[in-house]
Amino acid sequence: MELFVDILFNGISFGSVYLIAALGLAIVFGLMGVINLAHGELIMVGAYSTFVTQLLFKEPFLKPFFGSYIIVSIFVAFIFSATVGILLERLIIKRLYGNPLETLLGTWGVSLFLQQFVRSFSLSFGTSVIISIISGVSLKNIFPKSIKERFNEKYIRLSNWIIPIFIGILSNNFLATNIPRIRRPDSRLVDVTSPKWMRGPFEIYGESFPKTRLVIIAITVISVIAVLIFLNLTEWGIRIRAVTQNRSMSECLGISTKKVDTITFGIGSGLAGVAGVAVSLLGSVGPDVGQLYIVPCFMVVVLGGVGNILGTVLASFGIGILTDIFASGRLLTLFPNAPSFVFNTLNFFSTSSMAVVLIFSLIVIFLQFKPQGLFPQKGRTVE
Amino acid sequence: MNLKNLKAKNYIWAIISFLIIIMPFIVSVSRLKILGKSLALGIVALGVDLSWGYTGLLSLGQGIFFTLGGYAIAMYLQLNSSIGLPNFFSLYDVKSLPFFWEPFRSTYFTFFAIWLIPGLLAFLLGYLVFRNRIKGVYFSILTQAALLVFYNGINSQQKLINGTNGLPTPNTKLFGYLVGDPTTQKFFFYITAILLLLSYLFCKWLVSKRFGRILIAIRDDEARVRFSGYNPVVYKTIIFTVAGILAGISGALFTVQADLISPQYLLPPFSIEMVIWVAVGGRGTLIGAVFGAFFVRLFASLVSSAVPGAWLFIQGGLFILVVTVLPQGIVGWMNENGPKTLLIDISLKLDNFEKNFKLLPLPLKNLIKFLVKKSLTFSKKSITYPKLDHAGKEEVEL
Repeated sequence: MELFVDILFNGISFGSVYLIAALGLAIVFGLMGVINLAHGELIMVGAYSTFVTQLLFKEPFLKPFFGSYIIVSIFVAFIFSATVGILLERLIIKRLYGNPLETLLGTWGVSLFLQQFVRSFSLSFGTSVIISIISGVSLKNIFPKSIKERFNEKYIRLSNWIIPIFIGILSNNFLATNIPRIRRPDSRLVDVTSPKWMRGPFEIYGESFPKTRLVIIAITVISVIAVLIFLNLTEWGIRIRAVTQNRSMSECLGISTKKVDTITFGIGSGLAGVAGVAVSLLGSVGPDVGQLYIVPCFMVVVLGGVGNILGTVLASFGIGILTDIFASGRLLTLFPNAPSFVFNTLNFFSTSSMAVVLIFSLIVIFLQFKPQGLFPQKGRTVE
Repeated sequence: MNLKNLKAKNYIWAIISFLIIIMPFIVSVSRLKILGKSLALGIVALGVDLSWGYTGLLSLGQGIFFTLGGYAIAMYLQLNSSIGLPNFFSLYDVKSLPFFWEPFRSTYFTFFAIWLIPGLLAFLLGYLVFRNRIKGVYFSILTQAALLVFYNGINSQQKLINGTNGLPTPNTKLFGYLVGDPTTQKFFFYITAILLLLSYLFCKWLVSKRFGRILIAIRDDEARVRFSGYNPVVYKTIIFTVAGILAGISGALFTVQADLISPQYLLPPFSIEMVIWVAVGGRGTLIGAVFGAFFVRLFASLVSSAVPGAWLFIQGGLFILVVTVLPQGIVGWMNENGPKTLLIDISLKLDNFEKNFKLLPLPLKNLIKFLVKKSLTFSKKSITYPKLDHAGKEEVEL
């Protein structure tokens, strides 16, 4: 029984990291058909923004609220990653719809760019760039219509960007003077300290669970529920699903598909940011933290069936539980008297990297039989 | 500037072959190694071009076959230049050679293993995947997953294959000659150049036949090819196998000149980088793949030694550039009269520029226009280029 609870808990906590990381991808890849190889770097943006938020909360004026920084950083990470994602969609992916392979290569270029950006520029600079973009976009909507009409559009646009740049410079100065750690470019790994209430185990019925893991599971569950509610109950969610099912028909019915694309991509990227919060709680954060997650994320989405959130949930928990079973050699403790051949094979795969080998090979083999994943999309095509 | 009709083409070939012949005598060995490595990567780029440029199969896992070729030759060299077991085995307390390395003591076996093992693996993987009609991005993701499997597998097996550290080659001996020796390196350079030429000719022969046209047809509309009575699975499997074989050969040649084969060549960035060589050179043009691999790689080593860290920015920019602005690559662009079109576009833009911005000082404007017109008349006669200008005229005479 204890073993069973152990497997279930470890598996679910492994799986929930995969799930939160893959959830944004499930929306972007599943609903829009866009291969976003920069998804890992959006996770990285989220993780770094958690780090910056945490440092900000260590400052004297926010020190009393340090315990709650994790909740603030979820929102910050969501907004920051969504901004980067929307920028990426507006500038590059928009031109490449309908060309999945080209999108794949283009987003890979973006991911290289973002990785090197974090290495060669300081975090305060990066943060203030994103802040100025956010303020620029929001300022555009704050201006009343009468002002826009009075001037030439070009000058309005220009003056629109002067204030954000000013805000960016100010925030850069503020961050760099107050937090010396992020003043200079630094490609070393950084660590996020979790608040006091998240440290240590949580005891229930004689079993103890690490609180960090429980928080990650909670974040994942809340995000999945929020996504499901958004997609099924809100107006924009229904529009997104309509565009997914039939783009030209929805366009005929008056849905602005451009806007839907941007919103969908923004939400997918924002979820990557939330995943970044979870990732930063798990271990050190570096410029290539996203590379660890990108291929597993795609495997989760493909295995679950493209465009199916439920499939993604099942696939990630399945992968998590299987990884736990093989990597920590649970079958060895369960069946110590297994024949030597089986025992040796299991022993061979009982490290975390060899478990990845085994599970990915199993997924590749599984996809040979069900190329569409666990829950294939309905409908017929010429293929 | 049409490369196909250029008379100067023969001269270019002559100059290139002359340069390759004299290169070992005029540059230092460390530079020669960089050149040789870039040439070796041209071979794997040919494979990527065949599978991606011609057939539309974007494989992100060519690193698997590349590394297998490299490990095959590195292990052969290790086994044949040490008495008993190679040194690294003693670090992990391994007493006897793992059974699957036993055949690599033989020269003949290794000679075949370098290209046959990657080829067989590519055949197996390709056949299974294509038979199940997994295509497009799913194929790419699947190959990337396979890449990750091999990376984790090799990286964690210290006792079998020296894991993360990889297999070094410079202190080993090939037929009694030291591999790291300058003379041997010159020999490797020539061998690489000859094999690159042979594989180029082979690929050219392959795509010049009806076979090549079917490949392009598969890329453009696979369903229609199938309905016309061809079996795309056969063609795709063959081409993926050929690409795997080329990658294996390339990996072996690369390893002996790079001094080391290690699991870092199994990381996704290396395999995707292969795509950028082909994309920059020109997908669907074999010569573009070779030149793209050679020059991008050379440029990379120059840039990263001059400004560390700048290369990833440039590489990222190249990816974005080739998918948005220059999808046909440089050679493809030249073949499609690209330079001339660009000049025409510039002069059209300038006309608009003139209309919109009368404020620009006249001398400057005239100077720019003069230069553009001059360069246009300089490149042969003026041509009629069908292009809608902004006034809605159908043809613009220049």
